[in-house]
Amino acid sequence: MTILIAGALLAVLGLVFGGVLTFANKKFHVEIDERVAQVRECLGGANCGACGYAGCDAFAAAVVAGDAPVNGCTPAGQKGADAIGKIMGKSANAGERMVARVLCQGESGIAKERYQYDGYQSCATAAGLAGGPKDCRFACLGLGDCMDKCAFDAIRMENGIAHIDAEKCTACGMCVKTCPRSVIRLLPLSQSVMVRCRNSDTARTARAVCMDACIGCGRCKKECQYDAIVVENGYARILPDKCTRCGACAAVCPCKCITIEGAKTAEAAS
Amino acid sequence: MTMNVLLFMVSCILTHNFIFSRFLGCCPFLGVSSKVETSVSMGLAVTFVMTIASLFCWLIYHLLLVPLDITYMSTISFILVIAALVQFVEMFLKKSSPTLYSALGIYLPLITTNCAVLGVATLNMNEGYGLLQAVLNGTFSALGFLLAIVLMAGVRERLETSHIPACMKGFPITLVSAGLMAVAFMGFQGLVP
Repeated sequence: MTILIAGALLAVLGLVFGGVLTFANKKFHVEIDERVAQVRECLGGANCGACGYAGCDAFAAAVVAGDAPVNGCTPAGQKGADAIGKIMGKSANAGERMVARVLCQGESGIAKERYQYDGYQSCATAAGLAGGPKDCRFACLGLGDCMDKCAFDAIRMENGIAHIDAEKCTACGMCVKTCPRSVIRLLPLSQSVMVRCRNSDTARTARAVCMDACIGCGRCKKECQYDAIVVENGYARILPDKCTRCGACAAVCPCKCITIEGAKTAEAAS
Repeated sequence: MTMNVLLFMVSCILTHNFIFSRFLGCCPFLGVSSKVETSVSMGLAVTFVMTIASLFCWLIYHLLLVPLDITYMSTISFILVIAALVQFVEMFLKKSSPTLYSALGIYLPLITTNCAVLGVATLNMNEGYGLLQAVLNGTFSALGFLLAIVLMAGVRERLETSHIPACMKGFPITLVSAGLMAVAFMGFQGLVP
């Protein structure tokens, strides 16, 4: 008999709660735009914050509300932007795909070190200790702050500097913001020729601290037929809009600091 | 009366802290304590639910289970009450106070599975508390939980930037800190007679 009472009580409780919840569901129903969930599906999903919103959910809500552009999610790329555009009924052009590049070649052995850093493994901390272990004030410290921040596992540390896998990089820009030395920049993916140094010291000082430093000699600028190179603040810079990726500058650079992306792999393969 | 309530509060928050002395609610305590802001949200959500759960579980127990003489059904009916309650509160908040709803966010539904809530309901019953005392016990115990989780979040934020041996990084050092905090809270034993 007691077992029946116990069972009946549970059944009644369940029914009552079920009824109340059903009623509450009707009563407190809130209209949610189903497009929010659909848009959310198309995003990168790393909550990286590159769009400027608190997270993927907030961005999705903003897109549906019309406050955010459909191509605002860099990790989702053109594919994601197209999908979101389809949901929202807008066409999207994400522009040229960008990629983060490390503009420093100061590997250990090439950039001189002034002391051995053995403290907490963070670039920001190391940079605060007498200007960091490397002699060059502009060099990549190679302790991996960017690697820790990267949500896409695109960065690895090798020989004391960061390397970015262009395939995995989504140009969310977290590493650019994190780097205490600002050696990571977002560049168009097609910009295969780049000056891999941002040392703005004078030629003598720059050369003294790193074998691969740009000394601002201007030979690349003279060689370039397209006016695509500017030498400012002691280093050369290539303008992506004018550059034709001919690679003539790389051939004359006395410091080997102009590199052609892809050329290295071709050499290694042959 | 006031003195008694104060003593009861100290007892719930410090001497019989839910996490450090009863070891209930350890899962959210370790899971949601990596940032101070999120831990505050979690603590507030728990306070909210534990207070209401104490009230409803007491009513169910004393108005249904005791008269029918089936008090052994308490655990399962409490679970039912808590789960339904959390669902209801979630719907209610979504409609009436979207700000609070988004502040509590994911933590509200998570509380369904927080053993501290079931723990407080069972404790109220075992100790034979009256209605008011049961509700106060729920609120104060949850405040103790809030205190513990916020303290822990503060400790963990400091741990983030300290130099920890590789083998102790992450979870091990968190558990060690939690243990040390529990030992520290043992110092409050005897504060309330």
